[in-house]
Amino acid sequence: MLRQTTKSALSVMSQQMGDSHRRFLQNMMANGIVDEQDAKTLYQHCCQTHNTQCILDKLDDFIGTINSKLQPMFMQIRKGMSEDSGHQYYALVNMAETDVTRMSSDYTDTELELFRKTMDLIVSSENGKASSTDILNTADTLSTKKLKKSETEHLLNRLVHDKWLNEKRGEYTLSTRCIIEMEPYIRTMYQDQVKVCHICHNIAFQCQICENPTCGIKIHHPCVARYFKGRTEPQCPACDDFWPHEIPEVQQLRSQSRR
Amino acid sequence: MTQRKRLSNTQISSQSRRRSEVAVAEEEDGDLTFTQPSTSQVQRGLERLTSAQVDQKTAEVVQYFLVKDQKKIPVRRADLVKHVLKDYRNVYPEIMKRVTQSLDQVFGLKLVEIDTKNHIYILINKLEPAEGAPLDNSPTNPKMGLLFVILSVIFMKRGAVKENVIWHTLKKLRVDPGEKHEEFGDVKKLITDEFVRQRYLEYVRIPHTDPIEHEFRWGQRADLEVSKAKILEFMGELHNQEPQSWTQQYRDAHSTPNSTQASTSSQR
Repeated sequence: MLRQTTKSALSVMSQQMGDSHRRFLQNMMANGIVDEQDAKTLYQHCCQTHNTQCILDKLDDFIGTINSKLQPMFMQIRKGMSEDSGHQYYALVNMAETDVTRMSSDYTDTELELFRKTMDLIVSSENGKASSTDILNTADTLSTKKLKKSETEHLLNRLVHDKWLNEKRGEYTLSTRCIIEMEPYIRTMYQDQVKVCHICHNIAFQCQICENPTCGIKIHHPCVARYFKGRTEPQCPACDDFWPHEIPEVQQLRSQSRR
Repeated sequence: MTQRKRLSNTQISSQSRRRSEVAVAEEEDGDLTFTQPSTSQVQRGLERLTSAQVDQKTAEVVQYFLVKDQKKIPVRRADLVKHVLKDYRNVYPEIMKRVTQSLDQVFGLKLVEIDTKNHIYILINKLEPAEGAPLDNSPTNPKMGLLFVILSVIFMKRGAVKENVIWHTLKKLRVDPGEKHEEFGDVKKLITDEFVRQRYLEYVRIPHTDPIEHEFRWGQRADLEVSKAKILEFMGELHNQEPQSWTQQYRDAHSTPNSTQASTSSQR
């Protein structure tokens, strides 16, 4: 295990940053977050454009080279899973900020306060969602400045557009980008409250919970799909009790098609 | 055991105020009286900072440039000094040297001073736009298409064009500056304000005109980023002619050093 990590660390260090890396990075900066398949396509495109070798399996090494150069800049390309599809995503994140202030160039203090409160609602909820009604009620309790209903709705639209929140049927969840980027902040801020997936050990918002009151472990929906795939009698991995929730289907990767 | 020599920010600023030879501007004035510190001043400044502090400040300046560049807004040295450098202004040249290097080596971006009098910077891409780039649905693309059309008209007219010509051309393409456009919104504002602020265009008043008329020219960013040769090629395809058939424009496209810059290979 140590040999493997040393080997890959060495291969990362030995790889120089070239134009193919720079092009990939520029694209990441423009897009913010990219799913794994698009990242692979982008990787191929960047290598082809600059006539460098492209080994699809080595995407993480390629990104590792970029990350080694981004580290002094307090930036990283990090990988994370979507709670909806279970697919992996790559996001360019700012490591310097340990708070929502990373958003401060685009949002006012009042807007950030509402965003924090929305996050509070989501973290403390059982299903990882906050209804627009609850968020609107929160807008009335802000300490800095009250936000009107229309202003709150406009702000929520912006947050969705900027990929901090997802919206479905009037309910808001944290976007994959948000989770990847704010993970350290969330772990610190919501230490006791935040749920952690028993299977992948990442923070979890939308998940299934073991109904055994002495157990209560949480598993992401996609992690449930993968873990219990093909099992006729699903049992909780921690306490062996029957797992009563509906087992979702594993979401297939979409076919290679341009968005 | 090494002791980290860390001077607090207040210590640095009080020390630099005592140094009369360093012309440091008061925060309120911003850059108005900022003069470049000498090499020896920079040396002394660096001696009093840890490498971690210098690295951190370099990272902050790089981030500042990247954020501004996202919206293609030029960076004024005055703002940089006031909002980011602050007490590190006496090592400004060293920080800028590292920033230039980082932007180049890591991001493939070139830092260019487009206004040497007022010290205004932009970032230009050293990498050429590639054919068939995936994920190319960035919201700026339709705007760039519009800009390209305008730059082409100006170039074909040898560098300056009355605004009416542009409005007329765009109307033919069903982009009416008088109406709100589905994609571009307030077209007039986009062209005369946003593109101008981003330094893609210049919108200059023609003197002694009544009612006031303006003419459009290429902006400094366009000069650096857009290849005139490529524009002429595009024109050639559009009209099914050889680029050389426009002799004067062909000369314009292939004579000035910047004109073919964007079209040269970016292989290092």
